[in-house]
Order: sequence, then structure tokens, then C-alpha cells
Amino acid sequence: MKSSLENKALDLFSYLFMALFSIFCIVPFILILSSSLSDEKSVQLTGFALIPKQFSLFAYEVIFQDNAIFSAYKTTIIFTVMGTILCLIITSAMAYAISVKTFTHRNKIAFFVYFTMLFNGGLIPTYLLISKYLGLSDNILVYIVPALVNPFNMFLLRNFFKQIPDSLAESAKIDGANDIYILFKIILPLAKPAMATIGLFYGLGFWNEWFTATLFISDKDLYSLQYLIMKVLREVDFANQLNQMQGITLANYVVPTNTAKMATAVVTVGPIIFVYPFLQKYFVKGLVVGAVKG
Amino acid sequence: MNVALSSNKADSVVKKRKKSFLSDVKQNFYLYLLVLPGILYFVIFKYLPMVGIIVAFQDFNTVKGLFKSKFVGLKNFEYFFTSKDWLVVTWNTLYLNLLFLITGLFFSILIAIVLSEISSKYFKKVTQSLVILPNFISWTLVSMFVFALLSTDVGLINSVLKALGFIQEGKEINFYANPSLWAGILVVLKIWKTAGFGSVVYLAAIAGIDQEIYEAAKMDGASRMQCITKITLPQLKTTAVLLTLFGIGGIFHGDLGMIYAIVGDNPYLYDTTDVIDTYVFRMLRQMNDMSMSTAIGLYQSFVGFVIVYTTNYLAKKYDSDSAIF
Repeated sequence: MKSSLENKALDLFSYLFMALFSIFCIVPFILILSSSLSDEKSVQLTGFALIPKQFSLFAYEVIFQDNAIFSAYKTTIIFTVMGTILCLIITSAMAYAISVKTFTHRNKIAFFVYFTMLFNGGLIPTYLLISKYLGLSDNILVYIVPALVNPFNMFLLRNFFKQIPDSLAESAKIDGANDIYILFKIILPLAKPAMATIGLFYGLGFWNEWFTATLFISDKDLYSLQYLIMKVLREVDFANQLNQMQGITLANYVVPTNTAKMATAVVTVGPIIFVYPFLQKYFVKGLVVGAVKG
Repeated sequence: MNVALSSNKADSVVKKRKKSFLSDVKQNFYLYLLVLPGILYFVIFKYLPMVGIIVAFQDFNTVKGLFKSKFVGLKNFEYFFTSKDWLVVTWNTLYLNLLFLITGLFFSILIAIVLSEISSKYFKKVTQSLVILPNFISWTLVSMFVFALLSTDVGLINSVLKALGFIQEGKEINFYANPSLWAGILVVLKIWKTAGFGSVVYLAAIAGIDQEIYEAAKMDGASRMQCITKITLPQLKTTAVLLTLFGIGGIFHGDLGMIYAIVGDNPYLYDTTDVIDTYVFRMLRQMNDMSMSTAIGLYQSFVGFVIVYTTNYLAKKYDSDSAIF
């Protein structure tokens, strides 16, 4: 009797806790969606709400008049796609080389990479290097080049490559294949799940990038999406900007400052929600592989 | 005899090494070619900036550059350590990270255990998807959420409190000017964003526990609660200790991406939210004081290095397979 009561209490707690925690996680998304679909006047009167008090698409009309969102989208897509591909090539090349057991200096190279995880020059020297000595400010490459190899991803991939039997590469070598051919034609096709995981790590990192932009980008056409959000949220003159865009000032016209901020947020979060099912599948797998074999 | 043999062997190894590098490159030409871009990347973007650390000992002048600026010794450090800022930012960094670590550990394990107790597959899948989702959102978007929730005039929390009659019109809580609330707010946001994702590792560990142990316990009449406290939790100990050690390894590095995105340059909140990283970043952007910022960054890197090294040593001692290197 006692145990069945205890079981029921445990079930109740489990279901209730997960239900509440899920709501806690999802409420902010609903809030910004609802806020972006609200009428500005009702928001100013009673604040944001989880269900729009007065439905309006005006905020979206306004933000799409400006091409800031489109150009941020374009920039972000370009550096995310280019960056992810380049990162995958360079990271997998390095990871494969140091996973080959006959490669003499592989441990030294591994330590050379590992040391950068322990100690680094810090923000300012890196900033000086990139802006002053490499001159990458206001260049789309600044999003990509300084982030080409993530040591953590590199080691994750190396561990995965290590599990692939040596005999495959050896027999290809006997047939006269070189290491580059072996990597691209034999190893990478076998490493698809690991590459997908790492690719998603990189891709998401690029997509959510804003810090680089605060340091190196002042050209509006090169803003990343997330940086645009920061700007929209912080900039005091955002309202004035919206006002100017509208051109005419009507007597009853309310500048949709608050709702337009939320609409911008919704527009940038959309793609993530859209690809989320794929993300989740691979991330969970990749994380487990990394954690167990790490 | 044995000694002679082995020293002979050592000799030949030395000879082999000496002649090696060029012939090794020849022999493994393609492997070197593959590793080259990566090496170049690390040399340029990770090792070259280490040279830049000398800025910390200079009165750096952008026009004069790295090699011609005036050398001032430890003056930048002196200045930082005699100001009261260094204690504030060091304390905030350690305190916030510790709070993140403890609450993250607690909620990640709780979610993992609770999920593993849920029998409805559908409910499990849906809720798990929902709690992991925030992990994929950037901190800038989170700051938008924070605005929608906490804003004084239009924030949801203030309007709900007003609607329920807890506060009156004109007496809204001004979150953005109230530093004492922010340690709590940041902790909640951190849990919101990372606890669900953090539970994945523990779920994997739970899935790896031998089912026979549970069956044997049930045969002996153990309840589900007893199974959790006597089997599951002890089995998660290794994972928890290791993840905590790695967390402690990073404890001297504040979460700049999070805190700057959410707090920004709001001076009202510096007392409780300003960490070493945001401080360095502000020095750079507002004061344009490269030397000071580099000095503080070096202080952070150095102490951080000692901490990582120690925790990695401890992790190795605790479980020899688990150290990063």
C-alpha cells in the first residue's frame, strides 16, 4: 500500500515538474510572438501579454520596409554557410592527420592545440591583431577566419576518427592512395554522423554570432542578425528611425517601438525553430558520443 | 648485457630523430599538408596574440604600435590592484560562476532523473524537446526576452503583478536599476538556457547503468524512490564530479556573451553583474585603454591557467581516463 502511494507521488511529481519546466522554457517564446502580433497602443497601455489584446501585423509591416533585416539575413547566411564548410574541411583535415598512428609528431601537435585551451593572449591582443595588423575590420571574413578551428571540436573529431579501423586506410595506401584521397573518399563518408554533429556545432555558433560584430563591424550592411537584435534593443534612437521611415506623421499614428523590437526577434529566431528537430537529433547524439569518449 | 642493449637502442633512437624531420616530412608529406592549415590558424590567431601580452607592460600607443610603445613595467597591474574594482569583478566572476555551477548541476540531474521516471514516451519526448530548445537560442535573443519580461513600463512581470494587485500603478519594479536582484535573474536565465541541455549527459549516464542492478533491487523489495537514492544517484557521481571539476576549471572566466548581451553598459548593475570579462571589454571600448585591459586579461589568463591545471590534475587523479589531456 505504502509503496503504491509513494509511486503515485513520484509519478505526480515527475509529470508535474516536467510540465512546469517545459512551460517555463517555452513562455518567453510565446511572449515575444504574441507581443510582436500586438497593437502598439494596447502594449503601451497594459504591457506585453501572452495573448495579443489587439491583433496587429503592423510591426512586421514596419520592420520589412527597412532593408536592415534582409541585409543582416544575407550576411549571416553567407558567413554561416561559408564558415561552416571551411571549418569542417580544416578541422577534419587536422583531426585526421593527428589520428593517424604512424604520424610522428601527432602528440606534439595535439599538445600545441591543447595548450591554446589552457592559456591565451586575451581579448586585446587578439583585437589588435585582427583589426590593426590583419585589417579585417568591416570585412565579412572577420566572422569566419578567426573562428576556423575550435579545439574542442577538433579533439571530438579526432576521437571519432581513432575508432575507425586502421586497416581501411592501410589497404588503400597499398593500392597507392595518398592521405588526402583517403580522408575524403574513405574516412569522411564513414564519419558522417560525427561530421554532421560538428557541422551543426559550427553552424549554430556562426548563426548566433554577435560578439565579433560589436568589435569589428561598423558597416550596417555587414551586421549579423544577432547583432541587429542587440542594436534594435539598445539603440535609443530606434523609435526615431522608425518614425523617419514612415515619412509622414499622422495624427493618430503610434510608433511601434516595442512591438517592432519583438517582431525583429521573432524574424531572427524563426529558422532555429524550423531546423530544431534536426538539430536536436544530432546534438544529443554528438554530445553523448563526446561525453562518453571525450 | 641488458644495459648495453638498451643504451644501444637509445642511441639508434637518437640517430633516427636527428636525421628525421626532413625525411619525415617527405614520408608523410600529405599528412603534413593536411595539418598545415590548422597549424597556421593556431599560430596566427592563438600564438601570435600571446606576443601581444607585452602590451600589458607598456603604455600602449596605437600609432607607435607594439614595438615602439613605452615600457612601464608593472604599473598597469599596480593601478588595477589598487583600485577597488579588482575585488568587485573578481568576486562577481567567482560568485556568479559558482552559483551557475551549483544550480546547473542540481537542475540537470533533477531533469534527467525525472525524465527517466516518466513512462509515457510521448510526454517524455515532447517535454525533453521543449527544455532543450533554449540552448539553441543566442544570448542576444534572451536579452530581448528579458526586456519583454522585466521592462518597467511594458514588461509582463510588472503588468501581471499590477493585474493581481500586488503593486500599484506607478510603483512598478524597476529591474534595470536594482542590482540586488540580478544575481538571481542571471541564475534563472542560465538555468532556463542550459539545464535541459545539461541533462542529456546525465540521461546518457542513467541509460548506461546496468539494468540488472535495478531488477535485483526490486526483487529485494526496494521502492522506486529507494532505487533513485541508492542506485541512480550514486551511479551518477563520477559524471557529476568530473563535470563539476571541469566547471571549476573555467570558474575564472566570466560568461561575457551572456552578461554583456543582457546587462550591456548599464552602470546601475555593475555592482553585482560586472565580471572580469565585461570589465576588460568595457575598458577597451569606453576608455580605449589597451594596456590596462591587456594587464587585467593577463591576470585572468594566468589565474585561470593555474585553476585549469589543478582541476585537470584532480580529474586525472579521480578518474584516470577523464582528464582532457
